[in-house]
Amino acid sequence: MKRSLALAMLLVMSLAPSARAANEADYKAAYAAAEAASKEAAGMRNQWTVTVSALAAAKKAADGGDFDRAVAAAREAEVLAKASIFQATSEKEAWKAMEIR
Amino acid sequence: MKQRATVLLGSAFVALAALAFAATRVIAADKVDPVADAKAFQNFFFQKFPNVKHEDFVNGPYSMNEDMKRQWQEKEEFPPYEFALDAGKEMFSTPFKNGKTYADCFPNGGIGIRQNYPYFDEKEGKVVTLELALNRCREANGEAPYSYVKDEMASLTAYMAYTSRGKPMDIKIPDDPRALAAYENGKRYFYTRRGQMNFSCASCHVQSPGERIRAETLAPALGILNAMPIYRSEWSGMGTTSRRFVTCNSQTRAVPLEPQSDEYRDVEYFLSYVANGLPISGPGARP
Repeated sequence: MKRSLALAMLLVMSLAPSARAANEADYKAAYAAAEAASKEAAGMRNQWTVTVSALAAAKKAADGGDFDRAVAAAREAEVLAKASIFQATSEKEAWKAMEIR
Repeated sequence: MKQRATVLLGSAFVALAALAFAATRVIAADKVDPVADAKAFQNFFFQKFPNVKHEDFVNGPYSMNEDMKRQWQEKEEFPPYEFALDAGKEMFSTPFKNGKTYADCFPNGGIGIRQNYPYFDEKEGKVVTLELALNRCREANGEAPYSYVKDEMASLTAYMAYTSRGKPMDIKIPDDPRALAAYENGKRYFYTRRGQMNFSCASCHVQSPGERIRAETLAPALGILNAMPIYRSEWSGMGTTSRRFVTCNSQTRAVPLEPQSDEYRDVEYFLSYVANGLPISGPGARP
């Protein structure tokens, strides 16, 4: 009984960090990562409108104190920005396959 | 033993020769050849739509659909771009504060020259579009530049296009590596996928002309700029070539570039060049 209680406590403790609410520091880290990827995409002249919207949504949520939503939006922005970087990189050569010859 | 060595050497020679041949083919394929490009581009559309008269491609979606074409022909009796055309004519002849007019900035007084734009300016080393040339004319005469996307710019280019109606597009690529690079950059831009929708210009206007995308019938890329500027019912107003590029980019969920950026100038150069020989039909009207 004692053993299973200890195991249950361990389980709860291991899950605790992922279940906690996001704070401002989490948001800042997520936003910085998203912003860096977004700047890289813009530098490649391949920014997506949805990345810009997700970044704006993250900022708006953070300004309203909703850091859970802010972190989620920032992470979404980062993923979108990375996809646009991948697109720009692969299209450097891939466009030639589309050409009428 | 000697025989074996001879066979090996022979095989090696054949393999090397094959590699060298393949390498030449790759280089040949990558060489910029606008004349061959234009021929292939036009043939693609002529073969894809054998029933469309060549000069009809400049009428965009109306060349793809008989019903739409009939409706458009009736609309042309009182075309929606008429106000812009009248305004453009008046603006064109109204002197700047210094007494000069647009006519002073262009060959032949700006009349009947639309088919020669864009051109490659060897002094600047860049493509110059009609919209850019108009704003440069204004600035050189102490006037503020107009927005590149609509209103005054659309009116001015509408009038200039009207004076060139029926004239074949006649874009030159001078023997200058920078001009070829600009052309190639325009081609690259045209075929490159962008935006979250992962569309290139060609996805709609080469792969799918005549097909519907939501309520729109897609126009063929061939001659698509010959009709510029256009009145679009969707815009409830006139729009320039710049506006067309900007909205196309937005629709693919790509952040548009700034009007008259190098990429837009170059893609206009490419698209106009491959439409050489097809008549100017602007200003146009589109759904």
